[in-house]
Amino acid sequence: MRRLVPMLLAALAALAAGCEKKTQPAPSGESGAPTATAGQSAGSAAPEGSDTILLGEVGALTGGQATFGISTRNGVELALKEANAAGGVKGKKVAVRVYDDQSKPEEAALAVTRLITQDKVVLILGEVASSSSLAMAEKAQAANVPMITPSSTNPAVTEKGENIFRVCFIDPFQGFVMAKFAHDNLKMNKVAVLQDNKSAYSIGLADVFTRKFTEMGGKITGTESYSQGDTDYRAQLTAIKKTQPDGIYVPGYYSEVGVIARQARELGLKVPLMGGDGWDSEKLYELGSSAIEGSYFSNHYSPDNPDPRVQKFIADYKAAYGGVPDALAALGYDAARVAVEALKRAPDTSSASLREAIAQTKDFPGVAGTVSLDEKRNAVKSAVVLKVADGKATYVTTISP
Amino acid sequence: MTTARSATTVPEAGAVVPAGLKGLLPVLLALPVLGLLEWLLRASPFATYLLSVMGVNIILAVSLNIVNGMTGQFSIGHAGFMAVGAYLAGFVSLMLKGVAISFLPEALSDQVFFLLALLVGGLSAALCGFLVGLPSLRLRGDYLAIVTLGFGEIIRVVVQNTDAFGRALGLSGIPQTSGVGMVYFGVFLVVLVARRIAGSSHGRSLWAIREDEVAAEAMGVDTTGYKVRSFVISSFFAGIAGGLFAHFVPIINPGSFTFVKSMEIVVMVVLGGLGSTTGAILAAIFLTLLPEGLRSLFTSLGAEGSLAQKVDQIRMPVYGLLLVALMLSRPQGLFGTKEIWDVLPKWWARRKKGTS
Repeated sequence: MRRLVPMLLAALAALAAGCEKKTQPAPSGESGAPTATAGQSAGSAAPEGSDTILLGEVGALTGGQATFGISTRNGVELALKEANAAGGVKGKKVAVRVYDDQSKPEEAALAVTRLITQDKVVLILGEVASSSSLAMAEKAQAANVPMITPSSTNPAVTEKGENIFRVCFIDPFQGFVMAKFAHDNLKMNKVAVLQDNKSAYSIGLADVFTRKFTEMGGKITGTESYSQGDTDYRAQLTAIKKTQPDGIYVPGYYSEVGVIARQARELGLKVPLMGGDGWDSEKLYELGSSAIEGSYFSNHYSPDNPDPRVQKFIADYKAAYGGVPDALAALGYDAARVAVEALKRAPDTSSASLREAIAQTKDFPGVAGTVSLDEKRNAVKSAVVLKVADGKATYVTTISP
Repeated sequence: MTTARSATTVPEAGAVVPAGLKGLLPVLLALPVLGLLEWLLRASPFATYLLSVMGVNIILAVSLNIVNGMTGQFSIGHAGFMAVGAYLAGFVSLMLKGVAISFLPEALSDQVFFLLALLVGGLSAALCGFLVGLPSLRLRGDYLAIVTLGFGEIIRVVVQNTDAFGRALGLSGIPQTSGVGMVYFGVFLVVLVARRIAGSSHGRSLWAIREDEVAAEAMGVDTTGYKVRSFVISSFFAGIAGGLFAHFVPIINPGSFTFVKSMEIVVMVVLGGLGSTTGAILAAIFLTLLPEGLRSLFTSLGAEGSLAQKVDQIRMPVYGLLLVALMLSRPQGLFGTKEIWDVLPKWWARRKKGTS
């Protein structure tokens, strides 16, 4: 023991002295290269000779976010049913294999690895939650299999690599949508911002809103902050009231927004509130009741959209599953249809040509807006603005980028 | 009486440690085997991932068994210690991502840093175990359960509100340097430690505490000291398991270390038999493979299309039902307090007798 300690210390010192910056910034990419080619050959070899093209989907069918996963799965299923009824892709049927991830990222990674290596799917759809999508994206990118996430809005997901796409807009876009709507449609000039300091989502939306609104010639009269879980917002609202804004941008979640609306009205602030898709819950109307009336928020899709494409989707969905589809079902439907379109356009089902085909998606008419993919593989698409009236959200307009 | 039974089981457990488990020999034997395993699995990411998850579960179950099985204390916050290990090891690896040791090949220097991160994770989890255990293990009964439960939740909430740990989204971009070899080296170490504790005089004191704390104290066993020590060892390995977990799962987030995860580990220990290391191992293997096995079964039954999609949803209820059936048929767990080599020969002999 007495001799062991100095020896260990010496070894540690030698290791510490040897530390240096890595010459290659991406050691994982280097070691990942052989597996990537292996994955590619496996992915392209499977469908030969069979009459179905197999897609994979990972979703939260059980666990805390089960409604998200089930809606998305229904949307995907409906899209593939329609595609197969219309003759499939190049004479082949398209099928999807759905695995449950129990709303856990490690299960999502396991499921996606299984889809890639055991089931040899050509393309992967999923997930809703950004953390699960990030786990899946890592695996899909390493195995070189294209993946489309229907509704993960965190910008980091598609930054994982050139195989990862999404058919929804990213978080900051909603800030732009509301800025444009407030300036052009509501003719507001002075807006105050009340952001949730604990949520990256809220801060992101508020930053973009502030920048865009100022660029358009508007004026931000003040920025106040709260923390998720607070119950008293009177101090911030009083400060905002002094600046006499035309409207208040509150990009938070419905649970706080409902209370904020009530306290704002109590203090005599009559101006409309504005927010993002974090408002999208029945709870909002319960918490806010009359105080939230006349407020606006941006969202992915609205079942009230008069577009015949949307109305047909809603009718089909109701016939198949009962109930009005939510935004996640609409995005799942769009993701599956983008995938089918890409399969039709791609010369074969190898991952390289599929990736190419998905990347070329342009002006694709989805039910949750027209999808064009930019060079960062994010969807450039329109968002809808909804107005709270009579205890529900009604469609106002569609804002395009 | 229970004390009488313990007197018969304890020397038995001490005697069965094979002579080969003494000294440095097992480590020297394990390393080439693990290297070979890693080399064989290099082209199969699915098997690697599944085996890694299994290995982590084995480490968790065997380490929890030291507290819940051997010492008879009821800890239900193992996922909390795992989270400490996972986040701190992950954090260290992220810090050291851009650094390499100049005179070593890059893959090897990554492994050195990985080991360092694991040690940091394990030691910090052990420290947490010490801090949690010291006050609560002085008490008897259910207090430890409540304190560990609280600890697990505290860790989760702290992580959820810390910017450096990625808050609710989690920590991603941790270098994925773990492989089957490293995970099973951890498994090997925890099994070695657990078996050696079971066979030592230290272990006999633990067994005594488990059977009757008052009697053990009357016999001069420092009950608090032994309980805290076993708790710290157990937390250390939970931290190692968490560190390993962080290096093969692409993203770790607080949702992975909830109370449900703690209960999963407790179920493994109880199913294997409280106090049986091999039982914990077999139960961990079984419970990790069961959901995947059910998945294979269901996909082979149902063709593509709607059926195969629906069945993945009923996988977890079936898992639960199987668990209930198992516990009803064997309430003492698979092996009780015995090890597989105590049980199998007798069972084999009985079977032979029955057939002849």
